Amino acid sequence: MIQETCQVTGTELVTEETFVVSFESKRIAETIQPGQFVNVRSWFGSDPLLRRPFSVYTVDRDRFVSILFNVVGKGTRILGGLRKGDLIDVIGPLGTPFNLNLNGMKTAVLVGGGLGVAPLPVLTSRLKEKNVRVHTYLGARSKSQLIPSFLENLSVATDDGSSGFHGTVVDLLERELPELDQTPVALFGCGPNPMLRGLSALASKKGIACQISLEGPMGCGFGICQGCPVRLSTGAEEYVLMCREGPVFDSTLIEV
Amino acid sequence: MSEQVKTAFELKGVSFKNRVFVASGTFGYGDECLDLIDPSTIGGIVTKSLSRKRREGNPPDRIVETAGGMLNSIGLANIGVEAFVREKLPRVKTLGTGVVANIAASSIDEYCEVLEMLEREEGVDAFEINVSCPNVREGGLSFGMSCPLTEELTRALRPRTRKPLIIKLTPNVSHISEFARAVEGAGADAVSVINTLIGLAIDVETRKPKLSTVTGGLSGPAIKPVALAKVYEVSRAVSIPVFGIGGISDARDAIEFLLAGASAVQIGTANFVDPSTATRVAAGIESYCSRHGIVDVSDLIGAMDASQRVSVVDTWL
Ligand SMILES: Cc1cc2nc3c(=O)[nH]c(=O)nc-3n(C[C@H](O)[C@H](O)[C@H](O)COP(=O)(O)OP(=O)(O)OC[C@H]3O[C@@H](n4cnc5c(N)ncnc54)[C@H](O)[C@@H]3O)c2cc1C
Ligand SMILES: Cc1cc2nc3c(=O)[nH]c(=O)nc-3n(C[C@H](O)[C@H](O)[C@H](O)COP(=O)(O)O)c2cc1C
Ligand code: FES
Repeated sequence: MIQETCQVTGTELVTEETFVVSFESKRIAETIQPGQFVNVRSWFGSDPLLRRPFSVYTVDRDRFVSILFNVVGKGTRILGGLRKGDLIDVIGPLGTPFNLNLNGMKTAVLVGGGLGVAPLPVLTSRLKEKNVRVHTYLGARSKSQLIPSFLENLSVATDDGSSGFHGTVVDLLERELPELDQTPVALFGCGPNPMLRGLSALASKKGIACQISLEGPMGCGFGICQGCPVRLSTGAEEYVLMCREGPVFDSTLIEV
Repeated sequence: MSEQVKTAFELKGVSFKNRVFVASGTFGYGDECLDLIDPSTIGGIVTKSLSRKRREGNPPDRIVETAGGMLNSIGLANIGVEAFVREKLPRVKTLGTGVVANIAASSIDEYCEVLEMLEREEGVDAFEINVSCPNVREGGLSFGMSCPLTEELTRALRPRTRKPLIIKLTPNVSHISEFARAVEGAGADAVSVINTLIGLAIDVETRKPKLSTVTGGLSGPAIKPVALAKVYEVSRAVSIPVFGIGGISDARDAIEFLLAGASAVQIGTANFVDPSTATRVAAGIESYCSRHGIVDVSDLIGAMDASQRVSVVDTWL
């Protein structure tokens, strides 16, 4: 984990509402693992106050890192206005990454809902380095919100049917899973909680290993505030920290 | 070369490098972000509140950002005193900084038990007592909201430790200085002022409170003027040192607390934004003193120039 003030190297609008902001950080580019996140701030003063957490979207030439987001509030509005040469203060890499060393995994199925696509490009490239076959399922409200770059063997689902399957990405996956399931397969999901619940249920029905990446409010992002509890599925009232034990969890161990 | 500024702070024979500490619950147990800060640059670490047994804490959501601050309802989630002694203290006591163990409990007996377990531990330099905890005997009303109970608690703890005993007061009372006087009389060596202010935030779309516990504790820059006024009020009421806490993000904020009457300061919420805040604050106070020809940081304590002002703590008319 490092803290570094980085130079923004570019801002790009990849859909009507989705920004990609890139910045230069050799140290984060070299050490980030898929599923880990950075906690950033590009403003001074107290409003907004806290940093904002984002998955690392892409890593380029071991030097450049990008994040992907929609403008949904004060923090993302400021981040969306960043220009080349502006400064952004970054703490990272944070959190527990996806586990890529699953016993005998030959095929990985990546499932992203909405902006949950963010951690999938880095995950894809690391899986390919390990010679794992990658299939990707992407869901969005409509065609204009799909962000299909840097992904492998893509299938899409939209809520309005404007592209690909008309319905949820989990429903689409459920139809196609039998074909993928010929070799040992593992699921990797990121997206809104209802999607992750559906994915976890599907995984347990089929007995497939499934890791999901969560999001939620964070105070610090590195384990000092206790502000990010995730309930364990033990039945008892027991919590772990999303920023430290997560944001990636085995879907059987927690309650979404 | 200007003369070296004297920064050290002594409390009941225990010496701290300087007057800047990190506040309870905002720096974990001290070993979480050693990649990002060198604790030997600060006066001390106040631990997350420690209870007799591990506490899981409240369900999500536990935090929400508000204008210039945040609300939290962590629910005193902590690993428990035994795990702290076993897993955290061995490392934390070697960091070259003071270690203040903050204690939370739901009965006076439990406070005493936790304190006694830590009293024998080398490496714990002082105690801070979090009185903003529900008291089971009183049906959940917090100790810190009853002056007699806060006094009784202090009296019970005092003979059980030779280390400095700091009582951390809640601002959610009418007259905080009464509480400060009571604990001074009961043998406290210092008071910490303030803990968080009770607050509420509501999502108007769903009409639900944003925190799982409905209300929570407000902290951050938004509370600084309130905290300063409380420190001012308390420091004029007692002669024991006051730790000033509330919304400090930089050296100028900290100096305001010293001028208002604090002998030392604690940094809370700002650690989440920048974990090296306390380091910067300590260095900034020193350079302020050099610039102003102040030889000892203690010369700033209560040095606000309120001449030709009428001080009215309780009214604004
Ligand atoms: C580990 C992690 C990874 C994330 N990765 C991405 C990503 O790659 N792309 C992306 O667009 N978003 C991501 N998010 C969500 C993103 O952090 C929030 O959308 C963002 O903080 C909103 O900030 P704001 O100031 O614009 O919104 P505001 O609504 O003004 O934020 C107010 C507060 O609420 C919190 N908050 C609000 N909504 C969310 C939410 N959905 N999740 C978490 N915190 C929230 C904020 O952190 C902030 O403290 C991630 C969250 C986490 C925890
Ligand atoms: C997330 C969070 C957790 C806290 N936990 C504790 C705690 O366990 N014990 C305690 O005495 N104070 C606790 N506090 C209160 C702080 O120590 C401090 O008194 C308060 O936040 C005001 O300072 P600040 O504005 O600098 O944050 C907590 C504060 C926050 C924000
Ligand atoms: S966000 Fe602070 S502990 Fe997880």
